[in-house]
Amino acid sequence: MTNELVDFTLVSIALLAIGIYGLAVKRNFIRMLFAVEIIINAANLNLVAFGRFIPDSGGQTLALFSIAIAAAEVAVGLSLIIVAYRMYQNVDIADFRSLKG
Amino acid sequence: MADAVFLALTVITIGSAIAALEMRSLIYGSIALMGTLGGIAGFFFLLDAPFVALFQLAVYVGSIAVLILFTVMLVKRELIFKKIEDRKRKFAGIGLMLVVMVSLGAVFLDSGIKTITTDEPAVDFRDIGTDFVTYYWPALILMGLILAGSVTGALVLARREDVENDQRVS
Repeated sequence: MTNELVDFTLVSIALLAIGIYGLAVKRNFIRMLFAVEIIINAANLNLVAFGRFIPDSGGQTLALFSIAIAAAEVAVGLSLIIVAYRMYQNVDIADFRSLKG
Repeated sequence: MADAVFLALTVITIGSAIAALEMRSLIYGSIALMGTLGGIAGFFFLLDAPFVALFQLAVYVGSIAVLILFTVMLVKRELIFKKIEDRKRKFAGIGLMLVVMVSLGAVFLDSGIKTITTDEPAVDFRDIGTDFVTYYWPALILMGLILAGSVTGALVLARREDVENDQRVS
C-alpha cells in the first residue's frame, strides 16, 4: 500500500478540528448537527484505517455499528430540531435558553 | 507517501467539510456535507473496505443527507440564508481549530505511527459477515432495537397534535 496509516490519521485530525470549530462557532442548530456528523465520520475513518493496518476485521465491524448508531442519532436530532423550530420559530440555539433546566 | 487519488480525496473531503459549515445557504451546505460523506466513502475504498464504503454511501449519502435536506426545507426561507455568528467567537473558534490540529498532529507524528506499514492482505468482507452473526450477534440485535426505538421516538417527537383535528373537520 502506498498510503500509510499516518496520512489517514492526519486527514481524520483535520476533520475533527473542523468539526470542533463548527461546534464552537455556529449557533445554527442544523449547522451544529453538520459538525457532529463530520466528527463522527472522522472517528469512523480512524477505525477503518487502524483496522486495515493491524489487520483485523474488528475495525470494520465497529465502523459499521458506529454508522448505524449515527443514523439513529441523526433521526432523533432532526426531530428535535423540528420540535424546537415549531416552539420557537427559529433554529438559533441562543433562543432555546428557556429549555435550560 | 500518499498517491494522487488520496490527495484528491483529501481535498474534496476537507474542502467540502469547510464549505458545509461556511456556505451561506443551508441547502448548499447540506449538499457540501454530502461531498464530505462521499469522500470518506472513497477513503474506505482506498483502505480495502468496500463493504463499509458501500454501507457509508447507502446510509450517509443516501439517507442521512436526504433527511437533512428535507429538514432544511421545513425551515423558514429567511432562516436558511441568515448567518448567525459573532466575529469574536469566530476568531476564537479558528484558534481552537488550529490548536487542536497542531497539537494532535504533533502528538501523532511524534508517536512512531509513521513506521506502521503493512504488506498483509486486506480483511475479507466475508469475515465481517461471519463476525456479525457469530461473535457480535447480541450487539447486532441490540443495534436493531436501538434503531427501531430511536426512529419511533423521532416520530413521536415530531408528531403534531393540533393538525389531527383540522383534518377531521375537512
